[in-house]
Amino acid sequence: MADEDVLTRVKKIVVDRLGVDEADVKLEASFKEDLDADSLDIVELVMELEDEFNLEISDEDAEKIQSVGDVVSYIENHKS
Amino acid sequence: MGLEGKTALVTGASRGIGRSIAIKLAQLGASVIVNYSGNKVRAEETAAQIQSVGSEALIWQCDISDEKAVQEMVKESIAHFGKLDIVVNNAGITRDGLLMRMKEEDWDAVLNTNLKGVFLVTKAVLRPMMRQKKGRIINVASVVGILGNPGQANYVAAKAGVIGLTKATAREVASRGITVNAVAPGFIVTDMTDQLSDDVKNKMKQEIPLGQLGSPDDVAGAVAFLASDDSKYMTGQTLSIDGGMSMQ
Repeated sequence: MADEDVLTRVKKIVVDRLGVDEADVKLEASFKEDLDADSLDIVELVMELEDEFNLEISDEDAEKIQSVGDVVSYIENHKS
Repeated sequence: MGLEGKTALVTGASRGIGRSIAIKLAQLGASVIVNYSGNKVRAEETAAQIQSVGSEALIWQCDISDEKAVQEMVKESIAHFGKLDIVVNNAGITRDGLLMRMKEEDWDAVLNTNLKGVFLVTKAVLRPMMRQKKGRIINVASVVGILGNPGQANYVAAKAGVIGLTKATAREVASRGITVNAVAPGFIVTDMTDQLSDDVKNKMKQEIPLGQLGSPDDVAGAVAFLASDDSKYMTGQTLSIDGGMSMQ
């Protein structure tokens, strides 16, 4: 079960950044396939998530991020 | 073409073309980070000239082929000035010789500084520029990267690489308000060309339609244009500042 607070904050950033409907930002949604993001959008998204959650996501980890669920579980595992 | 309130990083700014660029940007109002690798005294001279026109200068020593050192320079520059608007990848070296006799280390040294260095600095500045949704990157290529030159296989390969890198980067970040352009100087009077004999220089002049060597200020003027809002609808281009040598 995903932390509601993290999910809410992630959703807000994804909606703002990608201009998608909040209803489409589900845990299983793929950024590229479902949310129409390109590689550069994902880089920017990662930068914004770093600011929001005050953490640093390495390039290696950032490359593994494919879906909204990946982001949420990464943040839950790395939260200080 | 004012650059008031802008912050610019110029690599290899202790002398030659880099120094002229740094001073020109400062004259137009920009604060400048004066990067140098070996010559601290001359970097300080550049900084003093920047300050004498009323702009702020920060001197930073670093080898641009060292990724960690580059990242630290960019981080500290932004910590000091709060932002980075303009980056001029100017630093370059030569290790001339016929290809058949060129040592692997001479190839590597030139490619590391002149091409990999541009990649590393660009990589480090793109993140802050993407956050700002604005940025100007100007790479200093060379006429020989367009025409080729015997005895400079390493330098020519690196400079032709810079022109390609300029286009690839320009396409990658165009949608984020960042422009990436290059200048390709021809024969410019600097320490690099001072070493040539008068005979060689006279031969060079015959190949230049405008009939004379250029000055670093000729290059600096083009870079200032590419750094300013006047060039906002240009990206991925290489401006030749070569007295007409490479005209097509």
